[in-house]
Amino acid sequence: MKKLIVVVSLLLAMPMLQAAVEVKPFQNPEYEQRYKKLINEFRCVVCQNQNIADSNAALAKDLRKQVFKMINAGKSDEEIMTFMVTRYGDFVLYRPQFNSMTFLLWVGPFIIFIIGLYFLINFIRQRNKVVVTELSQQEKEKIKKLLDEKEQKQ
Amino acid sequence: MNRALLPLLAFIILVVFLGIGLTKDPRKLPSTFIGKTAPTFNLPQLHDLKKTFSPEDMLGKVWLLNVWASWCVSCRAEHPVLNNMVSKNKVNLIGLNYKDEVADARGWLARYGDPYQLSISDLEGLVGIDWGVYGVPETFIIDKKGVVRLKHTGPVTNKDINEKVMPMIKMLEQE
Repeated sequence: MKKLIVVVSLLLAMPMLQAAVEVKPFQNPEYEQRYKKLINEFRCVVCQNQNIADSNAALAKDLRKQVFKMINAGKSDEEIMTFMVTRYGDFVLYRPQFNSMTFLLWVGPFIIFIIGLYFLINFIRQRNKVVVTELSQQEKEKIKKLLDEKEQKQ
Repeated sequence: MNRALLPLLAFIILVVFLGIGLTKDPRKLPSTFIGKTAPTFNLPQLHDLKKTFSPEDMLGKVWLLNVWASWCVSCRAEHPVLNNMVSKNKVNLIGLNYKDEVADARGWLARYGDPYQLSISDLEGLVGIDWGVYGVPETFIIDKKGVVRLKHTGPVTNKDINEKVMPMIKMLEQE
């Protein structure tokens, strides 16, 4: 019985453990969709392993407000991204843009994969190579001699 | 070279890079404002809310913007350092009171001393967003042309003042 009470009270407390649900008056459903998408794309710079949608930090809250304001003001996703990046740098994007700074980040894994593939192919080829070497004239004569000796003994 | 040594070599290189990684603080982000004109604003002054302040007022001077709040614990640790700095040097130190209550902020300065020429009140934290503030306290150095030249995230220490802040100010005064 005691256990049941604990479980039930914990279940009742669950909604309180979640981030507060914010009611925001969007001008149209398309704006709301974009808002939800965008706040999932931005990193909260205070608690760096969360996006601003999940974070309860005061700054994340302010930034959600900012994104909301900009969307309702008719700003494009591009403009909002630029707004965030000029203030907090590329780090604020969970999917960094492709530029000279982030080039290795995007291409690096493929480069390493290709290098690995090259070594793997080389390795397999070498293993499959059957070594066939012709015997020299000298060696043939030696074998013949040995065999002849054996026959004579028998 | 001995082929067997290759994995060892790769391992050593990996360890060196991981070791370098350990010495870096991932919480410190490079400011995107270095070398750029400081974002402008126009905010009420903490001690006289009818008066406003804007970065343009400081054109022609080298100045520091220190972001602080009465709710910020590290700011209290930093505060004696700032008091000490202005008592020993001629520094234009402006405070940006970030997401604070006016009464709390005034009380805090009355209690711990006020090193600022003036503080500005950013109740909503909107200027903080424009300046890319993410961890109070933060300190910016702005040159005579209004360009941000240095940003320090977290409390400044006496060592930072002596080795980073004052040399930078002296250099910018010459420009």
